[in-house]
This record gives sequence, structure tokens and C-alpha cells, in this order.
Amino acid sequence: MKEAINFLLAGVGGQGTILASDVLVNVGLAAGYQAKQAEVHGMSQRGGSVTSHVRWGKMVYSPLIGAGEVDVLLAFEKAEALRNLSQLRYGALAVVNMQAIEPITVTSGGQPYPEDDHLRATLAQISDTATFVDGEGIATGLGNVRAANVVLLGALSALLEREGYVGPELTRDVWLDVITQRVPPRYMELNRRAFDAGRTAV
Amino acid sequence: MIETRTEPIVRMLSGNEAVARGAWEAGVAVASAYPGTPSTEILEEFARFPGVYAEWATNEKVAVDVAIGAAYAGKRALTTMKHVGLNVAADAFMYAAMTGAEAGLVIVSADDPAMHSSQNEQDNRTFAKFARVPCIEPADSQEAKDFTVAAYALSEQFDTPVLLRLTTRICHSATAVTLGERIELAAKTPKFPRNTEKYVMVPANARRRRPVIEQRLHAIAQAAEISPLNRVEPGDRALGIITAGVAYQYAKEVFPTASVLKLGMTWPLPEGMIRAFAASVERLIVIEELDPFIEEAVRLMGIPVEGKAIFPLTGEFDPRVVRESAVAAGLLPESAHVPLIEVDPGPLPARPPVLCAGCPHRGAFYVLNRLKVPVNGDIGCYTLGLIPPLSAMHTCGCMGASIGVAHGAAKAGSPERHVAVLGDSTFFHSGIPALVNAVYNRSPIITIILDNRVTGMTGHQDNPGTGRTLQGEQTTVVEIEPVVRALGVRHVTTVPAFDVDAIETTLKAYLKLDEPAVLIAREECALLPEARKRWVPLEVVSDDCNGCTLCFRIGCPAILKGAELDEKTGRPKALIDAALCTGCEVCAQLCPRDAILFRADVTEN
Repeated sequence: MKEAINFLLAGVGGQGTILASDVLVNVGLAAGYQAKQAEVHGMSQRGGSVTSHVRWGKMVYSPLIGAGEVDVLLAFEKAEALRNLSQLRYGALAVVNMQAIEPITVTSGGQPYPEDDHLRATLAQISDTATFVDGEGIATGLGNVRAANVVLLGALSALLEREGYVGPELTRDVWLDVITQRVPPRYMELNRRAFDAGRTAV
Repeated sequence: MIETRTEPIVRMLSGNEAVARGAWEAGVAVASAYPGTPSTEILEEFARFPGVYAEWATNEKVAVDVAIGAAYAGKRALTTMKHVGLNVAADAFMYAAMTGAEAGLVIVSADDPAMHSSQNEQDNRTFAKFARVPCIEPADSQEAKDFTVAAYALSEQFDTPVLLRLTTRICHSATAVTLGERIELAAKTPKFPRNTEKYVMVPANARRRRPVIEQRLHAIAQAAEISPLNRVEPGDRALGIITAGVAYQYAKEVFPTASVLKLGMTWPLPEGMIRAFAASVERLIVIEELDPFIEEAVRLMGIPVEGKAIFPLTGEFDPRVVRESAVAAGLLPESAHVPLIEVDPGPLPARPPVLCAGCPHRGAFYVLNRLKVPVNGDIGCYTLGLIPPLSAMHTCGCMGASIGVAHGAAKAGSPERHVAVLGDSTFFHSGIPALVNAVYNRSPIITIILDNRVTGMTGHQDNPGTGRTLQGEQTTVVEIEPVVRALGVRHVTTVPAFDVDAIETTLKAYLKLDEPAVLIAREECALLPEARKRWVPLEVVSDDCNGCTLCFRIGCPAILKGAELDEKTGRPKALIDAALCTGCEVCAQLCPRDAILFRADVTEN
């Protein structure tokens, strides 16, 4: 297990980034780390960008991560992945939900939305482990598009293990226990399937 | 939430949740506040605890008076606000500093470095110094809880209000907190004091209290020397850092081996402790966000110190800001510099906050844009009427400013008809006195009250117009129209906020008047649970749309430029995003070709 991991979650208001960061900080605690989480909401309800910082470490002081020190990017939206690239270090793990939420500057303002090829090529300059997940499609297939955030957490859990960020002791059950404490019981079966679908998608 | 186990319970809590928990553990009985980012969640959380009274007040000044009254009546009391709320509440805050109270009184100020959701950046530690009361600054959620409990003890020990100063990063960061138990205070309510020399601040009494306040401050400063709120973390003697609040975390991360004097009480300062610390290190610096508050006080002690010469005066710190500032000042070697990646993400579409799809404010701003009148705005979701393409706001300063500014412009002879726009909660907060002023002093301003039946921007809090209290009880609905009429406004019209024609007709009629007039545009916020039940996505009849783009001028995120082009004009046809559209019908009313179906036509199909 790495001594410290800095996570940046980026998305658009309403995508479930806050629940995801809440899960992530508590998984850190359950894994025996100190953990802190910082949200930047403000105008998120109004369709703005949302970012959240989660830090795991032996000793974590700052709740904020300095630019250039993000180890793991979990992006819920393609343009938001690009918008936050400057925060990453070279070699950072990037997990990107291949969903586009076009802002009004695109839908009626005529600004171009970045192409997928550009997104992939740009991320390739930072790391060869960038991973793209169709969280929206997988969650829709499971019957509820709102479970996309848990699909992404599932994908993240598998990638953290594969890339050596965490050891096998941080099991699937640790994640699911934390998720169970945070979602209504009637959605738990959906979330369990979403989490597992995310794990097998990467 | 209430647990009665013996082993320590650890929870991840935001700073705001931790302050609420601390207030509950401290036995606080009464809390009053006006919502304001980043402070809002404190009262929302506190209100859920058993055995407490918590309310949304009409404004921060009223909230502080309420808390003072409760503390006079012998119950521990809490009031919370964002930094600018303390400007509104300053009058009450200052007299509370004079009188003290019978039970603990804590005023929470949540400052907003970097102005994430504020009109200005101000360091409210200065308010503590100004009022001669102690200022407590936690550095994480555990301290937010523990220092809240300590603040009540301090308040009662020294008969003083205490300013608990938070910042956005403390309020909205989650860190682990070990919970405690509630202190059970005497259940019976003592007799309300008849101590007029202490509680009636007529000049003769105030003059007698004045030296008491100075003696109190001196005594608190003595106590600060041995207070557990302040501590030295000994380290390398080459560098000593005085710090407080979240800046402590950045200091520890960037300078892990330095000696640190961490101040939990930043006013009054422990001068002896600071002198001893300064003498123990070779170079002394202060790391603090915003003003050089500690730095200047240390310099006044005659101690050589550096602070704002190294670290920024404005904005929010983070580890990078502190580290790079330190490298630039030679405090850290060049090798400590963290390079940024050199990857160009390319052009990215801006993602500005916008009025939501189905927002009941949209129609009024569309009309105001067309009327080309000067619009004086206010604080709320409707400030987004500024954003293109609506572009219908020309001034906005603080809560309740709209009406006074419009009136002043009118009295200055500004030849256009001035409009003031404010929301329902802002009207109750500070719009009413300004409207009385406009009536009394006779200015022909047009006031539009956008009544969306909730306090929207801060996340759907109840207010006097909603008929519900913070703790979920039914209450009197204070109707805006009768209030406005009672203020002496003769021209008052309430229209459905989605009725664009009614708004336009009313405003055009008002433009011909020579006296104050008020338009109330009323419709529930589209995101309220009851409003969501009424959502019906509209549809565009593609054959009827010719791509005229008129519907794009209302800035609705649910109206998209479709892939299909009109054969004649070659322009993209409109498309409605069914996932976002609520069926407010503002676009349907504007479409000159009736290409957008109304709700009734959609549901028939």
C-alpha cells in the first residue's frame, strides 16, 4: 500500500461526486489511513463544475491538494477531466467516465466540445494508465443511470489494486460496507451490482 | 445521531457538522441564524438534535439579538452566519460585547477566503478585536467541535460573547472527529435578570461597563497564556512559525520539522507565550490567510517577524501556495519546488453557473433584457440574471441593496426608470426597510420580487413565506403582497412567474407611472419536491421550427441546438433535452412559429 494517495474527483453538479468522495474518504479510514476530504460546491446546483479532494495518508494535514500533486483523478465527465489536468502529476492514474454533459456555452453558445480522440491523446501525455469507463451506459443497463458514480468507484477500486496503490487487504467488501452505510437499503442491491460492473469493466 | 456507548465513536464530519455537534454537546438550548455559504449547514445540522430550539431568523442582526436574548435568559445560545452576515449583525454583536450575558453566547463567523460564494473577502478576526471579545479558530473538524465546547466555557468564565471564526475550508472539509457526550445543564429556566446596570446600555450604564470590558480583555489575555487552545510544537530552532486555523495544516505539511506556535485563540493574543516562542527560534514567520492580523500584533510587541512579505494577502492558501511562496522567499531550497505538468488541455467550453431549466426567474429577466432598463440586483440565485444571454443585471452589492441603490439612482436624476430585483427571502431579510424608504421618500422605482417560495441559493431553506420552520413545524405564512401594500405601495401586482406576457404588460404599465410600484412574480423553485412532481418535458415540432434562435435567448440549459438544419436558413433547429426540461413553457410562449408544444399538447400526445 502506498503511504499516501491524493485523489481529485471532478464532475458536474448532480452527478453524485459528493457521495463518491464521501465513500472514498471513509474507505481510506477503513483501510487504516488518516483521511480528509474537501468539497468545493458553491454553484454546483446551477450546473457548474464540481471538484472534491480526498487524501489518504499516514498523517494528513492539509485537506487540499496542491496543484501538481494529484495521484488519482476520478473524472465523472469528459470536459471536466481535461479542465483539471493541470492538477495532476506525471504518471497519475486517471479514471474517466466517458459521459459528456455539454454546458450551455456548447448547447446554445456554439463553443466546441472536446473530441474523444483529443481527450485520449492528451491523457496519454500524462500517463499510460488512463482508463475510460462508460459509467452512464453501464448504470443505464443496470436500470438506473444514477448508479454511474458507484460504477466508477468499482472501476477505481480495481485499478487502485492493479496499479499497486493499495494491497489486496483493501477488499471489495470494505468498499461495499462503506457504500452500504451511505445509501438507502432499497438501492443496495443496485449499488452492489453497479460496483461489481465497474470492477469488471476495467 | 445520539449514541450512548462507552467506547469512543469516530465520525467523518465537516467542520460545520462538528460545530453543530459541539454546540449540542455544550448544552446549547437556542440557536438562530440566517443561511449563508459557507455557514448554512451548521444550523441545519444542529436543528436535528433532540431537545434544542433552532430557527431561521429573517436576518443576521435579528439572529444575534435572538441568541443574546436566550443567553440573557440563562440558556446557552448559538448564532451562525457567513462573514458578511456579521456586517449586518455588527450592531447587536457590539452591544453584546458590552453587556455580556447570563449564559454562554457564541457567534460563528464563516469567512470565505477566495470568495467562493461571496461578494467580498474580509477577515472577521478584526471584528473580535474591534468588539474586544475573544476569537477562537479551529484548524480541523475535531477542533471545530472541541473548540465550540471550549468557547462556551470561556464565554461563561469571562462573561463575554465569543467569536468562533471558521473559513470555507474548515466548514466544508470532512475530517475524523471523536464524539463526546452532551453536558446536561440545569433544566430549569432561571428568572430573567433585572440587572439594568448591566443590561440597559444607556450612556451612564455603558460608561460604567466600558472599563469592565477592558479589564475582561486583559484577564482573557492572561488566561490565553496557559490556555490549552494555544500550544507550542517544538521542532527545529532555525525556523519558528506562528499560525492558526487551516493555515496550520499547510504550515505542518510544508515545514514538517519547524517549531510551531499554533494559536487556537487569535484574540486576545498570549504575549508572553509569543515572546518566549520568538526567543526560542532564529527566524520567526507568521502563516495566516487574509489579513496580517497576528503578524501586525506580534510586530507591535517589538518582535521581528515576517508574514505577508512572504505569503499572499488575498485568496485562499493551499500547500502549493505556501510552499512556492516559501521557495521564492528562500525559506525552502529550490529543490522543494513542485513543477507543474506541461500538457495543454486545449480549448475547453466554459461551464458557467446558470439559472436552472425551469427556473421561475427566467421570464422576468427575459423581459427586463428586452425593456433595456437599468436593473439593480441583489443576492440570490437571481443574481445569475447577469449571465448572457439574459444579461439583465447592472449592479449587485449585498443583501437588500437593490431597492436602496435603485432609489438613490432615481434621486440622483438618472433619467431612466430604475428597477430593483430581489427574492422573497432577501425581501424579508433587508428589502422591507429599503422599500419603506422608497415609498416615504417618493421615488418612481419599480421593484420586482421574485418569489420562488424558498431561500434558494443556499440550498432550499425555509423562510417567513414558506409556512414551515427550520425544525419542520407549520407556521404562519407571511404573504408578501399584503406586506407591500401595508408599506404604502399603491401599485402592487402578483403574477405567475411563468407568465411572460403578464410580466411584460405589468412592467410596461409601471413604466408610465410616477410612483413606486411592485411586481411580485411568484412560482415555486423548480427543484422543490412538489414542483418536481409537475415536471412535463416539452417537445419541439421539428417541421415547424425554422432555426430562428429566439428560444436560445432565454439561456435555458434544456434548449439545445439540434443536429438538424432548417432547409431554407441552414440554421440548427431547436431541440429540447427531455432529461432537463420541466415544462415551464417560457420558451413555448416566445416561439413565433408555435413550434414548441405546451404541456397540454405534449401530454395529449
